[in-house]
Amino acid sequence: MTTLTANRGLRGNALTRRQLISRSFAASAGMIIGAGFIAAPDAAWAYEATTLKPETMATLVRMARDIYPHDRIADEFYVIAVKGYDTAEAAPGVEAGIAALNAAAQGAGHADYLSIGWEDDRVALLRGMENSAFFQQIRGGLVTGLYNQKAVWPIFGYEGESFSQGGYLHRGFDDISWL
Amino acid sequence: MVAKFELDDDSVVLIIGTGSGGGVLANELAQKGVKVVSLEAGGRYMPEDYINDEWDSFAQLAWTDTRTTSGDWRVAKDFSGLPAWIVKAVGGTSIHWAGASLRFQEHEWKPRTNYGHVTGANLLDWPIDGAEMAPWYEKAETKLGVTRTGDRPGLPGNNNYKVLEKGAKALGYKEVHTGRMAINSVDYDDRLACQQTGFCFQGCKWGAKWSSAYTDIPKGEATGNLEVRDRCHALKIEHDDKGRVTGVLYADKDGNHHFQKARVVCVAGNSIESPRILLNSASSMFPDGLANSSGQVGRNYLRHVTGSVYGVFEKPVKMWRGTTMAGIVQDEARLDPSRGFVGGYELETLALGIPFMAAFLDPGGWGRSFTSAMDGYENMAGMWIVGEDMPQETNRITLSATAVDQFGLPAPNVHFDDHPNDIAMRNHAYARGEAIYRAAGATRTLPTPPYPSTHNLGTNRMSENPRDGVVNKHGQSHDIPNLFISDGSQFTSGAAENPTLTIVALAIRQAEFIAGELSKQNL
Repeated sequence: MTTLTANRGLRGNALTRRQLISRSFAASAGMIIGAGFIAAPDAAWAYEATTLKPETMATLVRMARDIYPHDRIADEFYVIAVKGYDTAEAAPGVEAGIAALNAAAQGAGHADYLSIGWEDDRVALLRGMENSAFFQQIRGGLVTGLYNQKAVWPIFGYEGESFSQGGYLHRGFDDISWL
Repeated sequence: MVAKFELDDDSVVLIIGTGSGGGVLANELAQKGVKVVSLEAGGRYMPEDYINDEWDSFAQLAWTDTRTTSGDWRVAKDFSGLPAWIVKAVGGTSIHWAGASLRFQEHEWKPRTNYGHVTGANLLDWPIDGAEMAPWYEKAETKLGVTRTGDRPGLPGNNNYKVLEKGAKALGYKEVHTGRMAINSVDYDDRLACQQTGFCFQGCKWGAKWSSAYTDIPKGEATGNLEVRDRCHALKIEHDDKGRVTGVLYADKDGNHHFQKARVVCVAGNSIESPRILLNSASSMFPDGLANSSGQVGRNYLRHVTGSVYGVFEKPVKMWRGTTMAGIVQDEARLDPSRGFVGGYELETLALGIPFMAAFLDPGGWGRSFTSAMDGYENMAGMWIVGEDMPQETNRITLSATAVDQFGLPAPNVHFDDHPNDIAMRNHAYARGEAIYRAAGATRTLPTPPYPSTHNLGTNRMSENPRDGVVNKHGQSHDIPNLFISDGSQFTSGAAENPTLTIVALAIRQAEFIAGELSKQNL
């Protein structure tokens, strides 16, 4: 069973935050990979991969952020956007795609994709594979997987529906003041 | 009392489609005592059913049957299976439209005369003109409650409009206002005034925007002369050995086939499905499809020169608040070939939510260039370009040789190549739109490519001479007198204006003609 639960993701594990960190290695700033899971360093969220290797999942999340980088959007939302690939049907293709990405990173002199420090250097690798079916699958999925999450809309200032509040006729449809 | 007609009742007028063409025609005929059966492929959704969430609404309303695309237009690359963003529901695309209700300009009725020869364009004058259409436009404006016509006031301008107005006026544009809209500025026709809720494209939950779904259709049904069969998909129009149509074969919601006899058949399935059913109805007598002696069925597909410009400002705009199409700049709609193209274009405000902005801002785009624009969403203003595109015989709806729909019938392929005049107009409009937003203080402007087509026109064109088109000035087939075209596919040209008002005016006029011909026993 796959779960992603903010603020209580680790409660089911008999692990303290210290144990968690000691048993895992930092994948990149802001993400922790353990046996079967990736998590935020403050344990604010965790995702337990069931089919994908946790390193693959972490790389996929990093790739997702590099495709659509929003510095004000937490990893948690990128995890939600790609966790649909953690299935028996989708996993082989994703494992192969991430393996190709890591091979490209190694070809450029890095240990793997996650170890590349600068976004520009990772993006250069992605540009080299942007016409591949794998890249387009991930990118295309993110358009809805990331931006159709209601929880990210407020980060963009978007208010969603207003019918339930009677619209904006009396709530600022014409309130622009700086023009 | 809702009518119920027998399948073998050959006295009825059968209308395929219930949108701004078919829905209005059905009501107008029913009001005159004509018995009507309307077939609608989609289900019935009322304002309380509409969903103010872009993707959920799309899943509820959009026509997503199998379609294919070809040609050099960017839609064929970005949205290869979705050439058009139109609706499958009772009320058709009148649920989705933004409400802009503009009359054609006088010169636009005669584009061949006024534009001259344009290489590669199949320009043709309409067999009607502004004087002929004026009284029908007035009836249409009254039906739809169009603002700034009659004694109806304009809508108030929202934030998105105010930005457009400021920039446009700074550039010296004069024709800048909150539009002539089929959205109530005051209560009208038992419908509420606009509550500035946004989501005009997802169906107006207040009913403030006109849609045939909750106006003409129920009014027609109330006469006892109209039966609407929803979730009934027309498959084939059949004819007798005299070459007159006899009725329509359709599939009901369970896939069962029925044949409804009819005295007259009117096709109003939008400009992709309407030519498609004529082509799919080919027979030994009409091997190239019905009404196609001219060879023009499916040709001259028009979609308007479109595109959007978004501007990002230093401070919030919140463009999604209020009417989606909240204002217009009309100065560029004029005919002025000195700009490097014939025809003109309108600039109209437009807003998308975050989900559709992500899908449509730069389809296929990614990386910081894309996401930094998205990060500016709250500070964005948006406008849409709608201009006259050139009819080309090779831009056309054909039957796919390989793809089939859920009924096993050949799916439509939509082929479109931009004409050089289209490209020149779009580039001019992008530049003017960007200049407008810069004049209002934009720090960044985003010339955004066309969305899947909402204005689908021209594929069963009206012509004086049967050699040049599919229907006459009443929308009546040149070849088959009891077969009519009642939607935007009868347009001879696209003009610069949003087409719905003209579709409605033509439908009201056609109802008058059909009722007259029926009473004279000419049909």
